[in-house]
Amino acid sequence: MDKTLRRGPERQLGVKNDTKSVFFININVNSLCVCVCVCVCVCVCVCGLQYDLSASTFSPDGRVFQVEYAMKAVENSSTAIGIRCKDGIVFGVEKLVLSKLYEEGSNKRIFNIDRHVGMAVAGLLADARSLAEVAREEASNFRSNYGHDIPLKHLSDRVAMYVHAYTLYSAVRPFGCSFILGSYNKDDGAQLYMVDPSGISYGYWGCAIGKAKQAAKTEIEKLQMREMTCRELVKEVAKIIYIVHDEVKDKAFELELSWVGEVTNGRHELVPKDIKEEAEKYAKDSLEEEDDSDEDNM
Amino acid sequence: MEKHYTDSKVKGVSTGTTILAAVFDGGVVIGSDSRASIGGDYISSKTMNKVIQVHDRIFCGIAGSLADAQAVTKAAKSHLSFHSVQMESPPLVVAAASVLKDLCYKNKEELQAGFMTAGWDRKKGPQIYVVALGGMLLNQQVTIGGSGSTYIFGYVDAKYKPNMTREECVQFATNALALAMGRDNVSGGVAHLVVITEKEVEHVVVPGDKLPRFHDE
Repeated sequence: MDKTLRRGPERQLGVKNDTKSVFFININVNSLCVCVCVCVCVCVCVCGLQYDLSASTFSPDGRVFQVEYAMKAVENSSTAIGIRCKDGIVFGVEKLVLSKLYEEGSNKRIFNIDRHVGMAVAGLLADARSLAEVAREEASNFRSNYGHDIPLKHLSDRVAMYVHAYTLYSAVRPFGCSFILGSYNKDDGAQLYMVDPSGISYGYWGCAIGKAKQAAKTEIEKLQMREMTCRELVKEVAKIIYIVHDEVKDKAFELELSWVGEVTNGRHELVPKDIKEEAEKYAKDSLEEEDDSDEDNM
Repeated sequence: MEKHYTDSKVKGVSTGTTILAAVFDGGVVIGSDSRASIGGDYISSKTMNKVIQVHDRIFCGIAGSLADAQAVTKAAKSHLSFHSVQMESPPLVVAAASVLKDLCYKNKEELQAGFMTAGWDRKKGPQIYVVALGGMLLNQQVTIGGSGSTYIFGYVDAKYKPNMTREECVQFATNALALAMGRDNVSGGVAHLVVITEKEVEHVVVPGDKLPRFHDE
């Protein structure tokens, strides 16, 4: 009778390799709550086990799972790209429209951080908004203390430090968003930095975040951005967003374009309506051309 | 009210002073006299340098209470050195001046010191910023300060030209300081001049007997 009781819980849980839970069962066969506890532990994700419950725990192979899960949250969101050219920065965001009732132009994913700095985000939008506020305060305090515009590297370091602080404690969760910061001024030229949920910031000539980031990166690598101007780049950015947009899975989308550079006199602004329409037309035409050429090949 | 004392009536050791700064083509000259006195009666130092370095290419001329000025410039110097390490580049002159201005403005009740920040940076080249007693910040091409400055406003207005050469500007500064020291009883000693350009910083000291003499001396 004892033997049957002992084996029962083991079979229910389907435990094979987890020696720890087997041990528990052997010791406290009659204790129901222990079985339930073990059940909960083992049923959680196979890769994390109990190392993924808080950001303050490392796994035995040196990973912090909570941060990696936060990065997965970013990968679930739609794509945002930022490209630096010789006289400025262009941001493009694929904003998925989940309902026809949404007001056009609402729920922006590109923010103004300071006159000369813009930020495009991907991931949990609420997290991104609070980080935009943090970045705005940093830029504003710098200007108040030192009397000049904050250099972008410094701003991105400061916000990255803030994001990183949330990956240290179990009482808070990491931010579930990545963002791209871009700025232009006459002396330092154009700069582009990307910050991810782990709190690292890198400088880039072109980068992409979100679900189609791999495809977008491939397209960006084809561009000769160091020789392009902002006006040429706007069209290419629109084209890339149209290319990586998945017509099957996500239907309607709105393209958000913004730029900062010599063409805007160093101010970060949304691309004017006429230029945006021209860029979208170029993007749609290029897509059709590619479709046509595919058909010809077939 | 106490706040409206002129330099020479400030309690404690004050720098009844003449300080001046002028921008020339490619750099800036900042200079001062070297007398520190107590109440205008006793000279506590004949060779005090009132041009203090706050960073590699940024100097500050001080006027007012010596203790206050030293405390503020020390705080500013350490703040700026940390700031420049963080930014991985030398601080802008406007940043140095803003740091001093913040210190002066936030502690305006307790402090009685004014500054003249002069320096060279990569963005705007040679610049001068005046931080007045209460914490006002102003950018100027040529500026004078301290109790001795009242005697040389006319000279400076008449003789300063923009885009002078280095030699012309140094001569202009030496003359102005000599004239002020000749009339102000709390300014005197040697003339300290610092010439700041992109390449280097040169400290020139003109001893009292080598100062230019004018008609009735």
